[in-house]
Amino acid sequence: MTKEKKHEVLLDIQNLHIEGYSDEHWVEIVHGVDLKLHRGEVMGLIGESGAGKSTIGLAAMGFTRDGTRISEGSVDFDGMELTTTPKADLRSLRGARIAYVAQSAAASFNPAHRLIDQHTEAPVQYRIKKRLESQEDAMELYNRLRLPHPHEIGFRYPHQVSGGQLQRAMTAMAMSCRPDLIIFDEPTTALDVTTQIEVLSAIRDIVDEFNTAAIYITHDLAVVAQMADVIKVLLKGNEVEQADTRTMLENPKEEYTKSLWAVRDFKSAQKKRPANTLPLYSVENIDAAYGTVKVLEDVSFDIFAGMTVAVVGESGSGKSTTARCITGLLPPTSGHILFKGEEMPPRFQDRTKDQLRQAQMIYQMADTALNPKVKIKEIIGRPAQFYGGLRGAELKTRVDELLDLIELDPANYYNRYPTELSGGQKQRIGIARALAAEPTFIICDEITSALDQLVAEGILRLLDKLQDELDLAYMFITHDLATVRSIADEVVVMQNGKVIEQGPKDVMFTPPHHEYTDLLLSSVPEMDPDWLTTLLEERGVDDN
Amino acid sequence: MGDILNIVIKRLGLGLLTLLVISVIIFGAVELLPGDIAEAVLGQGATKENVAAMREQLGLDRSAPVRYFEWLGGAVTGDFGNSLVSQKPVSEAIGERFSNTLFLAVYAAFIAVPIAIFLGILVALYRNTVFDRVANILTLTSISAPEFFLAYVLILFFSVKWGMFPAIAKIDADMTLLDKLERTFLPALTMVLVVVAHMMRMTRASIINLLASPYVEMARLKGVPAWKVIVKHTLPNAWAPIINVVALNLAYLITGVVLVEVVFVYPGIGQMLVDSVTKRDFPVVQACCLIFAATFILLNLAADIGAILTNPRLRHPK
Repeated sequence: MTKEKKHEVLLDIQNLHIEGYSDEHWVEIVHGVDLKLHRGEVMGLIGESGAGKSTIGLAAMGFTRDGTRISEGSVDFDGMELTTTPKADLRSLRGARIAYVAQSAAASFNPAHRLIDQHTEAPVQYRIKKRLESQEDAMELYNRLRLPHPHEIGFRYPHQVSGGQLQRAMTAMAMSCRPDLIIFDEPTTALDVTTQIEVLSAIRDIVDEFNTAAIYITHDLAVVAQMADVIKVLLKGNEVEQADTRTMLENPKEEYTKSLWAVRDFKSAQKKRPANTLPLYSVENIDAAYGTVKVLEDVSFDIFAGMTVAVVGESGSGKSTTARCITGLLPPTSGHILFKGEEMPPRFQDRTKDQLRQAQMIYQMADTALNPKVKIKEIIGRPAQFYGGLRGAELKTRVDELLDLIELDPANYYNRYPTELSGGQKQRIGIARALAAEPTFIICDEITSALDQLVAEGILRLLDKLQDELDLAYMFITHDLATVRSIADEVVVMQNGKVIEQGPKDVMFTPPHHEYTDLLLSSVPEMDPDWLTTLLEERGVDDN
Repeated sequence: MGDILNIVIKRLGLGLLTLLVISVIIFGAVELLPGDIAEAVLGQGATKENVAAMREQLGLDRSAPVRYFEWLGGAVTGDFGNSLVSQKPVSEAIGERFSNTLFLAVYAAFIAVPIAIFLGILVALYRNTVFDRVANILTLTSISAPEFFLAYVLILFFSVKWGMFPAIAKIDADMTLLDKLERTFLPALTMVLVVVAHMMRMTRASIINLLASPYVEMARLKGVPAWKVIVKHTLPNAWAPIINVVALNLAYLITGVVLVEVVFVYPGIGQMLVDSVTKRDFPVVQACCLIFAATFILLNLAADIGAILTNPRLRHPK
């Protein structure tokens, strides 16, 4: 954090206005933002989705996405005014002097080309390096970024490399021409906490080492605290406030910033297992496989009525597969699923309507889980009709009731399409659809991970309220331990298809932990700007 | 690579199965036609005894399944029976005609496919410009006009007015390749005009479809020039739908060219099929239909395999 700053301004954005084209009108989405960045400085841009973070980040490259335009203001990069620079000159800046690291490396690497060919593309094109030189440089960068097999990994295709490795390879690619400025657009949002640490420390080291200036865009405050020298908070295309990282964390001035800081305070009271009752659902020693690949091994846990079980673990640990086994979408190869002590048929096709009704699902991506061509009333009405046999006026009353439950005004939403709703509203519709079947148990598969923290908190509060009102049991699949802290009663930790540890939340969050649980817990970023440095020292990672 | 071989073998098996089903349908359809070969050959004046004798002679008095398997057995070895009109083996007559049709199809494809893909890339690059619109209007016009009309327009200008190419495309085995190419230029051009639009528009659509993907944005943000974004970053991922449409059009070039052959008096298989239907020469009709079906199946199979091969996930498994 304490590196020497040359006080030379590299990027000077003044009074930036950006417009987006929607419904045949140009609508202003960024309303006059100023941004000043010195050489070697890292600025964190934070805010919810729709705050204009990415738009501003791209504008710093003189780039606007299709359907957006810079309508006013100036972007001065090292003496060049990017808003008036001819396209060809602008293009030759990109990749060479300003580089970009995207949120999803998996989607941002071209699936048709090897990593190293994509790496060398810009330097070769700008004649900064010959292909072979650039390849060697790539290997050197891969090595610095602590990628395994740095001399070979570049010759793989994107699908042959894991998400965290891809994200580091993309950072290496951004470094390929040794740019003055890199825009990091949520580079760790799609990663597991344990992977996130590796990527964060790799990015931090390399930015430090080459004295590269960076704009670090994220909605995760704890992450930005580790990375940035200064933080700028944005809300709906306006600047809320800016200060250096420590000041901002210790002493935020604006109400909005304080509310962001306070999000993680929500905690529902932890419930205890009721005595002398059968669990609502029991997962007993199940194994499962996709084809010949074994993905679950001897998984067992119980879920009691009215309680929340959080299932945590990295991607690929078998959390969602367990859910598929419970709902019967993937029949286990051995083991049993019990409902109130009675065994359920393994395949959902063999279950009765009443058995099916008991367990409902809510998905991570509300965008893809709701049919965009169908109105809200049908999305919610269909399960009510299927399971409850409701028709006509009865059905309408039920849909209204459900909309009331999820705190959306029935009159306003009954006839709308999912595409007209925000992310949080869509997720609420997903909840209403699950409730329509009158279940006793709902599986929530990463339902808040695609949402902004404020919105996610609203969803968690809603679920908590519904649990009290309807005596629902939840299975909460997540890799976000903050969510676990706020809503879980019991915790199940999974790794590589096995249950590593389980128990009541208070016990699970008190040491001693299983080694893996400990790794997971300690990997969750904290708001302390020294957290990452301290952690890496503790873990003994060579932080050069 | 073992995976790909597996897929190819499976598809090949499925293709053969489809062909078998189609052979049943073809045989059944001919069976359903009113009257049979005996009646057709002997004409309306024939006595019942004559017809019966003829049936026995041709083996038509046996049950349909028996005759089907006999026909199928022959077809597998290339023996489609004798033509009722010429009494010569069907395979002999068809062989030359089919190779003529193939020649014309390949000729047209060699011109049409590169043009269509190149134009498709250009209109994707200059999408929503005047060039894009003009190219679309022209190709759509040419696909919308009936083939015989296009053919006559080409004849009017290229042979009648300017005298550049012959209007009649009669070829025989003794001609040199160059001669053949010159003679058949106008029918080939007609077919090019008919198939280019479809392939070009699919190329454009599948490229544009990918332009919004994050890796294309990434390429732009790396400063990659616009043409290279399309050729290097978009096209390699856009092949699957393009290959399918190309295969469909190649199949059309072989099976859908009757009108063009008639206009240019070209000795292809399409004309032969039409002649045989009017003359009730069922063995020839059956053989032609089977060949057409096999062409469709083979080309679709090739397209499937081609699409699979363009997928890096299959070419380079983890």
